[in-house]
Amino acid sequence: MEYILKNGIVYDPINEVNGEKKDVMFKDGKIVDNVSDSAKVLDVTDKLVMPAGVDVHCHLAGPKLCLGRLYRPEDERRGVKPKTDITRAETGFSIPSCPATGYRYSRMGYGTVVEAAVPPLEAKHTHEEIIAIPNIDIPTLPLFGNNWFVLQFVKEGNIEDLAAFVSAWLKITKGYGVKLVNPCGSEAWGWGMNVHGIDDPAPYWDVTAREVIRGLAEANEMLGLPHSIHVHPNDLGHPGNFPTTLNTIDCMKDIKKNSEYRNQTIHLTHAQFHCYDGTSWRDVTSGVEPVADYINKHDHVTMDMGQVTLDETTTMTADGPMEYDLYELTGLKWANKDIELETASGLVPFIYSGRNPVHSLQWAIGLELALTIKDTWKVALTTDSPNAGPFIRYPRVISWLMSNQRRMEMMDNKEVHSWAARKSSLATLDRDYDFYDIATITRAGPSKIYGFEDRGHLGVGALADIAVYDLEPNNFDPSINAAAVEQAFGNALYTIKDGEVLVKDGEIVKVVSSRHVWSNVQGFEDEEKRVIEQIMPMFNKYYTVKFENYKVHDHYAEPSCEYKINASK
Amino acid sequence: MGYEEPVTDYDKIVENCTCAFCGSNCDDLDCLVKDNHVVAVRHACRLGASKIMEDEDQRLKVPMMRNENGELVEVEWETALDAAAELIANSVRPLFYGWSETSIEAMKPGLELTELVGAVIDNQATICHGPTVQAVQNVGYPLMTLGEVKNRADMVVYTGSNPMNAHPRHLSRYTTFPKGWFRKRGRYDRTLVTWDPKYSDTAKLSDIWIPFEENGDYEFVNAIRAVLKGKKLKKDVIAGIPTEDIYELTEKMKNTQFGALFFGLGLTHTLSKQRNIDIAIQLVQDLNKYTKWVLLPMRGHFNVNGFNIFMSYEMGFPYGVDFCRGYPRYMIGETTTIDLLNRKEADVFLVIAADPGAHFPSGANMHLVDIPVIQIDIHWGPTTELADIVLPGTFIGVETAGTSYRMDSVPLNMKKAIDPPETCREDEWIVTELLNRVKKIKEASK
Ligand code: SF4
Ligand SMILES: [Zn+2]
Repeated sequence: MEYILKNGIVYDPINEVNGEKKDVMFKDGKIVDNVSDSAKVLDVTDKLVMPAGVDVHCHLAGPKLCLGRLYRPEDERRGVKPKTDITRAETGFSIPSCPATGYRYSRMGYGTVVEAAVPPLEAKHTHEEIIAIPNIDIPTLPLFGNNWFVLQFVKEGNIEDLAAFVSAWLKITKGYGVKLVNPCGSEAWGWGMNVHGIDDPAPYWDVTAREVIRGLAEANEMLGLPHSIHVHPNDLGHPGNFPTTLNTIDCMKDIKKNSEYRNQTIHLTHAQFHCYDGTSWRDVTSGVEPVADYINKHDHVTMDMGQVTLDETTTMTADGPMEYDLYELTGLKWANKDIELETASGLVPFIYSGRNPVHSLQWAIGLELALTIKDTWKVALTTDSPNAGPFIRYPRVISWLMSNQRRMEMMDNKEVHSWAARKSSLATLDRDYDFYDIATITRAGPSKIYGFEDRGHLGVGALADIAVYDLEPNNFDPSINAAAVEQAFGNALYTIKDGEVLVKDGEIVKVVSSRHVWSNVQGFEDEEKRVIEQIMPMFNKYYTVKFENYKVHDHYAEPSCEYKINASK
Repeated sequence: MGYEEPVTDYDKIVENCTCAFCGSNCDDLDCLVKDNHVVAVRHACRLGASKIMEDEDQRLKVPMMRNENGELVEVEWETALDAAAELIANSVRPLFYGWSETSIEAMKPGLELTELVGAVIDNQATICHGPTVQAVQNVGYPLMTLGEVKNRADMVVYTGSNPMNAHPRHLSRYTTFPKGWFRKRGRYDRTLVTWDPKYSDTAKLSDIWIPFEENGDYEFVNAIRAVLKGKKLKKDVIAGIPTEDIYELTEKMKNTQFGALFFGLGLTHTLSKQRNIDIAIQLVQDLNKYTKWVLLPMRGHFNVNGFNIFMSYEMGFPYGVDFCRGYPRYMIGETTTIDLLNRKEADVFLVIAADPGAHFPSGANMHLVDIPVIQIDIHWGPTTELADIVLPGTFIGVETAGTSYRMDSVPLNMKKAIDPPETCREDEWIVTELLNRVKKIKEASK
């Protein structure tokens, strides 16, 4: 099928298209530079056109989500929508059911969403959920930062075997890239403990976060993976944690990058939670300045926001000790799920409120980060959904970034507590993002960060993943129309995925299966085989499942989108 | 049982099969196969082995329908499926129950059928660990996978369950006997504790047995929590246990390095029901102020947890989900099976891989006598006596592969070892057939 999307105002930062009126043509799911006369015309004259959204970090499928749904029916009862002729029923607000997750992303014009934390032992569960989520491609990041085999290889300084292990485990779990969460700290949580800073070793292991981060980064680059290591540093959410954050990114500066497409060697995730100064929740202030300054001066780091949206939500992370701290702080129901040899994890419901001084400061810090880091290619829009807020709030976050007027109004009207203005520099930042910037932090930048050469842009040969929004950039000022911006980005005029119209006028018109996106490293097969044989005695002794039953069999990852990676060694 | 000679006469061994019996889902079974029969099973406990090997016993082999004389007689698959589809398509309040002993793959079309006709879908949690789920929704759920216990635990507590009889390999494979990474000497490195009024086989093996009095669970756990919070107990004996024993036990639990509490239906179904679980969970949460503690319910069927997980990710609610309004509703006491039957609401009952005839209260079963019952199962049982249409399925994990979730939510791909009887059909196939036929009927009547 051929289409021509006519006369839109196109923002395509990877191809340096900045608000040009032009046609976008596609055929058989790909962008092309010409079509025949019989091409179907979609008239989008003067409307805002971008590549479909790419989300770098969300929790949308897998065991944590499922535990959240099971123990929070009060959340599921929010956001209920009956079935239609096309869609199944929807439930949930911060932890929507799988079908609701797919429809909601699709309605916002997104085409690819990364599931940011997968315990390998339960990766099958994540893939089962992906099967139940429609309309988006989903790459997954298996957790490596507290894995016992990783700790051992790092301790031995054996990077080659570590690389082979990572390569094998990406195949076994059908994973895309390497995730670290509170390295060494989640292992310490196996004993109810935590580590602080990057040089505090995991109990009994005598390995530090610094060593794990560097080791996995070296392995990552040895394999030439499309994404860099993806790091949730130690000390998340602690006042005074910004030095740990700086140490985490700085310990990476001499690691050599092995990828032509991406710029970074480390992606710092939900940076908002990692930029606090002070010593307690009483004297906490923003720690954005030193972190933003560092990122402005160094090109080996990218980050995503983890923007607080001031909603009641559900926190969930493989950072088990952090969740217990949160439970002690709030007294709200605490769930925990530690995974043998791999990771911890926990959940606590959380009620962010603009009346609360700390939450308001967190809200300010996320925006402050995005507004003080100069190069938008280093910034990605996230809410660490659902941790700082549900992903359905992205349109609202966009409206905040585009309008200093709206931000000031919120601070002046007491929609947020005065700490937002007093303890951060937000009130002094009058920068407004424009549509090009928004296209950069929600599609172009994320696809570059992930090494997705085939998406996040509208160049010839790219996937025909396109979003059209009901705004006319040439007749519209987003800096004074926050509500209209939010409305438009939440209800795409068209969402096109692989050349098919899935959303029209904010409604789902077609449902397709999501693809499981994973990295298949080529050229390390012998090393993988040797390493698997080497670790098998330990596997058999300390896991409680058989290796044969551990892996994600192919049928759990269909339809798949496999990227063959040529390891350079 | 005397010594049995090892079986040497077999054609092949199928390794690493997953046991389709209890919620331990042991995935290390080796099935010895001869002439398409499992003649021996290595590694399984007696429960698992007998279920796998005696699969022919009372096996439902052909589709059946009840004739005018009320007898079940063999019919063609087409006839049985059409009749079942008619019943479902024309019902007002269909109820689809069971699912805990079949695969996730069979649940998928089952849910689709539920959504299509606006039925209620529910599983055995409704009569077993339902109160646990309620408690979890009240206060939280600090869990772990079983390997965490194997590798770290130095104290293991069982209460309201007797795994030596109901989950026979639980202690030997996961929690107590195996040598773990940090527990190199296995059993010797752990303290095994049983809280149970009965001197069960598990209690007999334990280092500490606390026989609180029947229905004393809440009071007993409450006392531990009080001691933990530094309160002084004012009675000499609480729930039948001398208070000095409670002080001593609390001290031990506090000073352990990694403790795991396992509880069964003995806790969920005594006097205080979900409140027992509430307080047990809160005890574990409190203990984490001092050291590491986790807990896990002892789920019975091999995929009872799987259904709750499946429903949660598909539709946001774990069991007892009603679709009659076109969107899912979950209200315990309203949308749960026993209540629907007691109120005589359901007008067609589809039961798959469950035996309500044996497990439901008689009031609920009386209503099943009055309404059409469609059974999908592999064995003849009390439910078959109530059934009007019987559709013989296949044995997941032996004859058909499929996905299940262990009690600690670890997903497993269960292999097949032998071919199913030719006259039987896979659950997934049967449910999909019903779905397609009901769709046709619905479309024709549009
Ligand atoms: S313990 Fe349970 S799962 Fe394991 S072999 Fe026995 S019956 Fe089967
Ligand atoms: Zn996250």
